[in-house]
Amino acid sequence: MGGEVIFFLEIVISGVMAGVMYALVALGFVLIFKASGIFNFAQGVMCLFAALALYDFMAPGGWVDRWFGFTFPVWMAIVLTIGVMVVVAWLIERLVLQHLVKQEPIILFMATLGLAYVLEGVGDILFGSDVKPLDIGIPQGASDWALDNYGIYVEKLELVAAITGAVLVTILGIFFHRTRIGRALRAVADDHQAALSVGISLRTIWVIVWSVSGIVALVAGIMWGSKSGVQFSLSLIALKALPVLILGGFTSVPGAIVGGLIIGVGEKLAEVYLGPFVGGAIENWFAYMLALVFLLFRPQGLFGERIIERV
Amino acid sequence: MNPERPPNGVLLEVHNISLAFGGVKAIEDVSFDIRDGEIRAIIGPNGAGKSSMLNVINGFYHPQQGSITYKGETRSQMKPHHAASRGIARTFQNIALFKGMSTLDNIMTGRNTLMKKNVIWQALYYGPARNEELKHREFAEHIIDFLEIQAIRKTPVGRLPYGMQKRVELGRALAAEPDLLLLDEPMAGMNVEEKEDMCRFVLDVNEEFATTIALIEHDMGVVMDISDRVVVLDYGKKIADGTPDEVRGNQGVIDAYLGVSHE
Repeated sequence: MGGEVIFFLEIVISGVMAGVMYALVALGFVLIFKASGIFNFAQGVMCLFAALALYDFMAPGGWVDRWFGFTFPVWMAIVLTIGVMVVVAWLIERLVLQHLVKQEPIILFMATLGLAYVLEGVGDILFGSDVKPLDIGIPQGASDWALDNYGIYVEKLELVAAITGAVLVTILGIFFHRTRIGRALRAVADDHQAALSVGISLRTIWVIVWSVSGIVALVAGIMWGSKSGVQFSLSLIALKALPVLILGGFTSVPGAIVGGLIIGVGEKLAEVYLGPFVGGAIENWFAYMLALVFLLFRPQGLFGERIIERV
Repeated sequence: MNPERPPNGVLLEVHNISLAFGGVKAIEDVSFDIRDGEIRAIIGPNGAGKSSMLNVINGFYHPQQGSITYKGETRSQMKPHHAASRGIARTFQNIALFKGMSTLDNIMTGRNTLMKKNVIWQALYYGPARNEELKHREFAEHIIDFLEIQAIRKTPVGRLPYGMQKRVELGRALAAEPDLLLLDEPMAGMNVEEKEDMCRFVLDVNEEFATTIALIEHDMGVVMDISDRVVVLDYGKKIADGTPDEVRGNQGVIDAYLGVSHE
């Protein structure tokens, strides 16, 4: 293969990997939006919180270490963090959502805005605000296999992220379409009252979606945290998820994936091939431009439900 | 059919129910009963509190006073999921379907409270869960046949015409194999032909499945034809209760419907 082609492939691959990471974050949004019509502004902070909790369970100097004098192995720390996220979901339902049933979407949105700050503050108080290197044993550096066989440079971490993302999405897809709870979730998304009338408990469903979103946030937090350390800026990746959602549609799981990939690859390609003409650094705003174009021509996104007004 | 048939033949009884929203009294001290196996109509002018009454029975509204006895069990209020799991199903005045889902999926959600198998087995679609899913699917198909909606089983219900949506909604309620079926204006906005179909379905459900039915309806012809007993509400109060013939001759009912001069 020629150098040009390999260079192009490397850009595309690194775009795909970044896209998977965006998709992971967007997925958390989609789940909650689907089931409750709430745009959860706190999703990014949930990633941060999950990563902080995970770090604390396994790192020396954390709460566990200071109080009991030992730290947990990685797998146990992950299980415990999942537990923490389920408890957080339960608390959110108990303390916030339950009191806002039947309120306007904008009110629920404002509630999640508040939630974002509360969660961030609690995380800050509990775990401190310094940058923490998260190492759960994901191999770092370039993949020798890809380099030796194809001469392409691929980060191992990004490969792991891509595979994890794919597995997670498959599991969620099966969960949504095959199980009674999945069907109940889609029912709640469509019509609260009707869902209640067939015996679906809104509160249970809400705790379930927020828990699942919390777990997705944990996975995203692990990947981003391993890449660039656990720090406050982790919660800002939520902003990158916005254009992904606009592209993919707020209610579509496959949409979140495809949207993430388009944004990831698009911004890398744009940076390399368009960047030089406009002075570079367009990676930072290219995603938002793309989202804007979509809003003008296809506001429901690629996979979202068509917006039809019946008169 | 129903192992919990109450001995005195009364399936549901509401005692002295009062419901207010702030200062607005929707229902004032209303009592009546629904006997096992009958078709019970609730009628009255607009704003009489009929829909509120259904909402009290299936637990959407919680009355400030009174109690509800269902299958011999008395409580001061119902909860929606409790009502559903104890065999109360309903339809809505303004259709409340899952618009993005197909007819079949909508009807399958009606089986929600009857599905018991473990979520993980369901996800794997394996073993007992697979058999269970198939069993429920079979029942849903049975209902689709019964309501003659085979042609639309895969169509997202949001695309269906109004009359068909009403029918799917009835199907979803029937899928729960209810002991008590609450129908809120099942024939509203339908043409004569659709009304006749719906009447036939209501009567068939009552006979074939031995389901007790409480329905709200404005079409007096329909009400008098199909119901066994009628309760009449006006401004939140009960003004008459009896067979269609008794109610038709009641002076209070005539006044409520035709208006009466107040000096």
